[in-house]
Amino acid sequence: MTATLTHARLLSGRSLRTLSRQPAYLLFTLVQPMVWLLLFGQLFRRVAELPGFGGNYLDYLTPGVVVMTAMMSAGWSGTSIVQDMERGVMDRTLTSPIRRSALVTAGLAHQALVTVVQSLIMFATGLLAGARYPGGARGLLVVLACAVLVALIFAGLSNAVALLVHQQEALIAVAQFLVLPLAFLSSVMMAPALMPGWVARAARFNPVDWAAVASREALRAEPDWGLVLDRTALLAALAILMAWLAARAYRVHQRSL
Amino acid sequence: MSTPELAVEAVDLGKTYGKGAKAVHALAALSFAVRPGIVFGLLGPNGAGKSTTVRILTTLARPDRGRATVHGIDVGRHPDRVRPLIGYVSQKPGFDPVATGCENLVLQGRVHGASARQARLRAAELLERFDLTAAGRRLAGSWSGGMQRKLDVAMGLMHRPRVLFLDEPTTGLDPQARQELWAEIARLARQDGLTVLLTTHYLEEADHLAAQLVIVDAGRVVAAGTPDQLKSALGGDTIRVGLVRQPDADRARVAIATVHGVGTVVAEGGALHTRVRNGAAVLPAALTALDAAGVELASVSVARPSLDDVYLHHAGRSFREADRLGTGPQVVSL
Repeated sequence: MTATLTHARLLSGRSLRTLSRQPAYLLFTLVQPMVWLLLFGQLFRRVAELPGFGGNYLDYLTPGVVVMTAMMSAGWSGTSIVQDMERGVMDRTLTSPIRRSALVTAGLAHQALVTVVQSLIMFATGLLAGARYPGGARGLLVVLACAVLVALIFAGLSNAVALLVHQQEALIAVAQFLVLPLAFLSSVMMAPALMPGWVARAARFNPVDWAAVASREALRAEPDWGLVLDRTALLAALAILMAWLAARAYRVHQRSL
Repeated sequence: MSTPELAVEAVDLGKTYGKGAKAVHALAALSFAVRPGIVFGLLGPNGAGKSTTVRILTTLARPDRGRATVHGIDVGRHPDRVRPLIGYVSQKPGFDPVATGCENLVLQGRVHGASARQARLRAAELLERFDLTAAGRRLAGSWSGGMQRKLDVAMGLMHRPRVLFLDEPTTGLDPQARQELWAEIARLARQDGLTVLLTTHYLEEADHLAAQLVIVDAGRVVAAGTPDQLKSALGGDTIRVGLVRQPDADRARVAIATVHGVGTVVAEGGALHTRVRNGAAVLPAALTALDAAGVELASVSVARPSLDDVYLHHAGRSFREADRLGTGPQVVSL
């Protein structure tokens, strides 16, 4: 167990160092969330005049875009695994004493940290652009937790797909295929009350929607904590499932060698 | 005398990729044994099953049939106990290009349980040994191919393994970098008592480095021994005599054919070739006979059969031909 944690720490340290040495990539990782927020905020500004948004669209939008961004960047997380497989790095790792659980943990920890930083940037951007979040610090913590859980879900899935398909193009195709439908079949941008019935029903099964609902609720002045707890529990369960799937995928990958 | 513990043993290893009509038999009952402290070569054309064998021995892949041990430990049953004993340098680069050489080495050491301090000391030692100290703090992605390959080998040595597996270590290197790496590999076995198992499809490499080797073709061992044994087993040497004057050829042929132990003599331009059982023993008599016949010589050489001749003998085709065509699965290098 301690060895697993040490290995996970060493490996996530490596991936964060790699990230810090690719300034262009790092810049886009940090700027992109601001762009999402401001772009959607501007484009759909007048939507807030409809009932169900509470007046200021940016207030409504921020938590949703935070979890959507968490999903989008996590979807790419498997690309570094494919890179390691294309080089001999994966082979070397798998013949070392590193446990598969440490590999999964390292990948997810990296993604969780990136997500927290991105989310905080978006909140800061939102505040500067005039949005207000009555839920305060407690609400913010819930949003961060939801964003991290979404990141774990999609990073776990992305890692598993990477290990099964061994191919950058296929992995990106899967990520692209999932990301937009999941973002739009949710209440990230549109209030639940205004959605067509079938979209609202589909959203009930969409983890991005669970996270958006819980996050928006937690940022209200008087949140319905039952609702928040219900959605975060679903997210946590799915995150555990995906992490397990990623660990299994290492075994399947090794059997294909 | 008791048998010393074997460093590596493979017994009837079999591995098939895919099913039905598309099945590719990468290994078919492959067996060999490696005693400790030597450079052992797995020589064969591309696709012969060398990499698959190394993948099994390094706990990366599982065989479908047969078993393998490293220092007596079964690689399939106890991979966790085998991993600390082995270093593995795969065909593909296994370092992180956006980390420095030193960082790559230290991470490798830490992963194997060394403290940060121990790992730094060992890294410095290996950088020094491979003549990489000056580049140690630059990103490994900016190094030359030869330096990167040396880094890969150094990473495989960080935790002081007892057996080092090198899969095609010099493929793609320029001749000078190859010579340097050869010298270093030879030193590992000679000075450090390390067992090195290397795969190669370069005949010269196996000939130069391996104390023992097996020739692998289509997933099985077709010949085993020291390079010299393998060549001697073919029987005989070739004596080649270069003549100053081509018209002497007929006279020279008659003269040399009278020598005891000489078989058929072939004249080819201004030179004669003959196969004899023991070149060194026959040569003096042959020279005396030529001298007596008044033939003036431009050159004389005694050549042993090459590993290519050995391969030709066992696999029924020349090594280079097999290498060009590929004899086995293309899918093995995932």
